[in-house]
Formats: sequence, C-alpha cells, structure tokens
Amino acid sequence: MTWQDRYPLSFRLYPYTRSPDQDAGQTVRHSVTIVGGGPVGVATALDLALRGIPALVLDDHEGVGQGSRAICFAKRTLEIAHRLGCGAAMRDKGVIWNRGRVFHDRDEVYSFDLLPEDGHRYPAFINLQQPWFERFMVEAVDRAKAQGAPIEIRGRNRVTGMEATADGVTLAIDTPDGPYTLTTDWLIACDGAKSATRDRLGLDFDGRVFEDNFLIADVKMSADFPTERWFWFEPWFKSGASALLHKQPDDIWRIDFQLGWDIDRKTELDPARIRKRIDLMLGPDVEYDLDWTSIYTFQCRRMDRFRHGRVIFAGDAAHQVSPFGARGANSGLQDADNLGWKLAAVLKGDAPETLLDSYDTERIHAADENIRNSTRSTDFITPKTPQSRIFRDAVLHLARHAPFARPMVNSGRLSVPATYDGSPLNTQDALPGGPARTRPGAPCPDARLADGSYLLDHLKGPGFTLLVLGATPPRLPTGLPVLTLETAANPQLRARYLGEAERALYLIRPDQHVAARWAACDAGKLARALDRAQGKAP
Amino acid sequence: MTDLTLDPNMTAPDDAYAALIAAHDGLTREESEALNARLILILMNHVGDPRVILQAIETAKR
Repeated sequence: MTWQDRYPLSFRLYPYTRSPDQDAGQTVRHSVTIVGGGPVGVATALDLALRGIPALVLDDHEGVGQGSRAICFAKRTLEIAHRLGCGAAMRDKGVIWNRGRVFHDRDEVYSFDLLPEDGHRYPAFINLQQPWFERFMVEAVDRAKAQGAPIEIRGRNRVTGMEATADGVTLAIDTPDGPYTLTTDWLIACDGAKSATRDRLGLDFDGRVFEDNFLIADVKMSADFPTERWFWFEPWFKSGASALLHKQPDDIWRIDFQLGWDIDRKTELDPARIRKRIDLMLGPDVEYDLDWTSIYTFQCRRMDRFRHGRVIFAGDAAHQVSPFGARGANSGLQDADNLGWKLAAVLKGDAPETLLDSYDTERIHAADENIRNSTRSTDFITPKTPQSRIFRDAVLHLARHAPFARPMVNSGRLSVPATYDGSPLNTQDALPGGPARTRPGAPCPDARLADGSYLLDHLKGPGFTLLVLGATPPRLPTGLPVLTLETAANPQLRARYLGEAERALYLIRPDQHVAARWAACDAGKLARALDRAQGKAP
Repeated sequence: MTDLTLDPNMTAPDDAYAALIAAHDGLTREESEALNARLILILMNHVGDPRVILQAIETAKR
C-alpha cells in the first residue's frame, strides 16, 4: 500500500528513514515518546533532550503542513524558544509590531500600544508564519542532536493504536515500510485539537463551541499599510461581520473575515468569491496574490485533567481557545516549558512522580485563564443573544466619544504568560513591598544587566537558581547556583524585583517562574521552599 | 468602600424620571434599547466600584 499524506507540506524537515526499532526483532522500549511534531511536541522533546532525557517524536508527516495558521508569537514564547536555541532566528525573520487599531464601520474607536518596555531581549509580539516557527525549532533540534542531545524525530510514523498501562504505553505505528510497535515509559500527546490519543483513551472535552465561521485569506502584496493590527467591527466595506488585517513576513498579509454560522464552505472557498471580498476591503486597484485560504470554526474548552497516568496532554490536544488573543500556540509552548523540567526531574530521580500533578494544577489554571479571556473576546465579536448584541453595539457607539468605553472594546486580549497563583509549588510571599509582577508563581521578567547580558540568560538552569539582590545568602543546599546582582545602578532590576523593598532573595524554577521570595531567609526556609517547589513536601 | 445605596439619593427624583422618559420620546423599540444600554454603561462607569455594580445587578434581579 502506498503512503498517503493527509496534507501537503510547506517544509520537508524530517524525511522518513527506517529506524533500528523496525528491525530489532522485539519491541524496543523508550523513555519519553511524543506524539505529534508540531510546535508543542518539538518544544517538549527539545526541552527534555537538552536536559539529557531521551525524547522520541513521532509524526505522521515528514515536515510542517502548509498555511500560516498561528501567526502571533508572544515574548514569553520567544524567551522559551531562546532557551531552546531558536529565539533569535524567529525574531530576525518575524515582523515586530506594537500597535493595534480597532475600527467600527469607518471610524477608529480604540487603539492600543504594547508599549515596549526597556531591558527585554524580545519584543512583546512578532508575526511569523507557523511553518517558519516550526522550521526554526526543528533546525534547533538538528543542532542539539549534532552536539549529542538524545532527540529523534521520526517522520511518516503514524500511531494507529495504543495500550496504556500503569507503567507505560505500547504504541502500534505504521510507516511506509509497514507497521511496528514500541513501548514507552511516558507518552506526551501533542497531537492537536483532534487528538487521536485523546480519542483512544476515550477522553472528552468540556466547553463551548462557537457558532461562527471565519475565513482566512493570506494575500501576497506590496502594500504600504503600517505594521499594525487592524480590526474592524461591522466594516464599511461589508466583506464580513468583522475583519482583520495583519502583516506577516515576506509581504504576506493575514486577512480574516467573519462569515456567520450558516454558510456553505465550498462556495465560500471559491477563489473568485474570496477575491471579491478582498477587493471590497482593499479597493479595486490593489494587486495581490492569494497565498493560502482556509475557513475555521473554534471551540473554547479543555480536558478535565491533562495527566492520565503515564499519558500527558499538552497544547491544543489538552485545551483549545478562539484565535482572538493569540492564546493557542503561545499557551502550548508554556505547557512544554512547564512539563519539561518536571518530567526530567522525575526521570532523574530528583523529584517524586507527584511533581507531575502540579503540571495539571498549573496548566489548567493557565488554560482556564486563556479560555476565559478568549471566550469574552468571542462574545464581544460574535454576540450570542440580542441583548449581548445591543450592549456590544452600545460600547462601540460610546467608544467614539466616551473614553471609558474604549478599553471595553474587545477584539482579543493578547496572550500573556500565566502567573501560577495558588500553586502547591509556591512558598508564601515573604517580600514586603515586592512588585506584584514577580510574586511567587510569576514568570520572571527579563532585565538588562551591567555587562550587557540579559537576566534570563542567567536563569537557564538546568535546575533552580537563587537570585540574590543586595541580601546575604544563607548556607546553600548542594548544587544550587547563586546569581548575585548589583541593583544600585540598575533601575530595571529594582523596579521589577525589589519595588519598595531594599533587598531580596528569589528562588527561581528551571522554567524561570518564581517559586519563593524573601527579604531575608535562612538555610531552613530555603531548603523547605526548594523541597516544596519540587513536589517533595507540602 | 461604600455599599450600593437603595435609600433615596436623587435631589429631584420626579425631574430625573421625567428626563429619562422624555429621552425615549419618538424612539423605536430598537433605538430605545440602544439608548438604555448606553445609559447603563455610562452609569456603570460613573459608579466604577465593581462590588457596587454587582450589588446593583443582584438587586435588579430580585
């Protein structure tokens, strides 16, 4: 039987080669196997491999599919990618943007500026086509592998069946050379919104399906529109109930039109019909080519739990949001960031298996935040009831002349990393006057240091770090590195980590989230916080 | 923090009521609904305190 791909590729990144497992004569056992070679799967594998944990990725294609799909990547994602070795390439290729404008009919009713803050290596957002994002990440895999990292991506390895037990999972895999099986101690399911792994375990989703269709048209044109996100409610050009225009690299522009629920997909995907909508928006004299088109619907929902014994779900397989706010791929990368160090610690025997339950707690907290934000945006963009519509229109009407209504205009609240408030890994805040943005559970904001380097570069682990600012460190547990920094000449550090405090000690997790902070701390407190952050003590 | 007041608070309640009714004169039902929505949002912003707004919503539902 000849091999059938489900979709055409943008980039062929990991061609099928026959693996020794297929000729082993017996079922080979792996440590961690990741199903799905998308951004979340590859990031998880790369994170694990860079920590010395062998990671095998199975993907049923040989590379990344066509279509720009996720195009907005947030600062936190780029910081994670930086640690994995591909952040700079993404930023250099991406389009950096800061301003968004929202129009109602012809009039601008609201604008926002992401107000770039000094002292960050990465901008608040870049736009980059998903295939490029994945390509840069796979190139980082190739570099890591060349340096001996235990990582492998197997293209055209399609999982066709699985059996999960208490201590592992057996997978049936199909390849162009025929089937084979392997077993794995741990399985990470990164197989997307339609996760077959989820179906095989008989698990379902809770949440809302939104009854609306959105048409994506990526057009190639040399236009001198500014590098801004433009969103229209009830646009004057009538191409959709709402519309979006946003720039990508290589003169590609993302255009979205809201079509409504009752549509005929085939009719709407007719290029002539799509061009008619675009012509109304851009005017008849603008020349462009259609690069990629698609119609999407979406859900805001998540699994009840992300960890099911030895099977752990991440990214779209575990939770889905509407695209407004760029909270899909960005939250998936944070899943990978959260899971990598924990699973590595468990596999190395440094932490109990129960540490993995905190992945559930923390990432469900994050998923709920993302779902809440993207549901609210969706309710504003596509009101569900006549009253909801009346109030939406009232906000848009008022926003023209009443400043208070402008922040209520909701065309998407952009992705920010979750702060894990209430996480069992946190130690209670003991830094009076400390800034809220660096409270326990928060992701560390970057800062420029005196020698020109960036703070996050010094918090790359592989383990925990004690950050000491003007304080005296206690006697340290074995193997805990200390980063002592001068704050006198660094207002960024003071504003972000001291606030009104004069000195501070921060215990920072391998994923650059704050585990604990104190004005002063002794060896006992530090040891207890470290144990708690590794799931060893309550 | 003040609580929502349900005691008389308007200096000229008859005038305020008459102004509200007059604002709807000659409007269609749709126009009236839109006007009411704008008015609610404006007053919500004037109140500001989310706790008081929630108390008002709960009182209205009674």
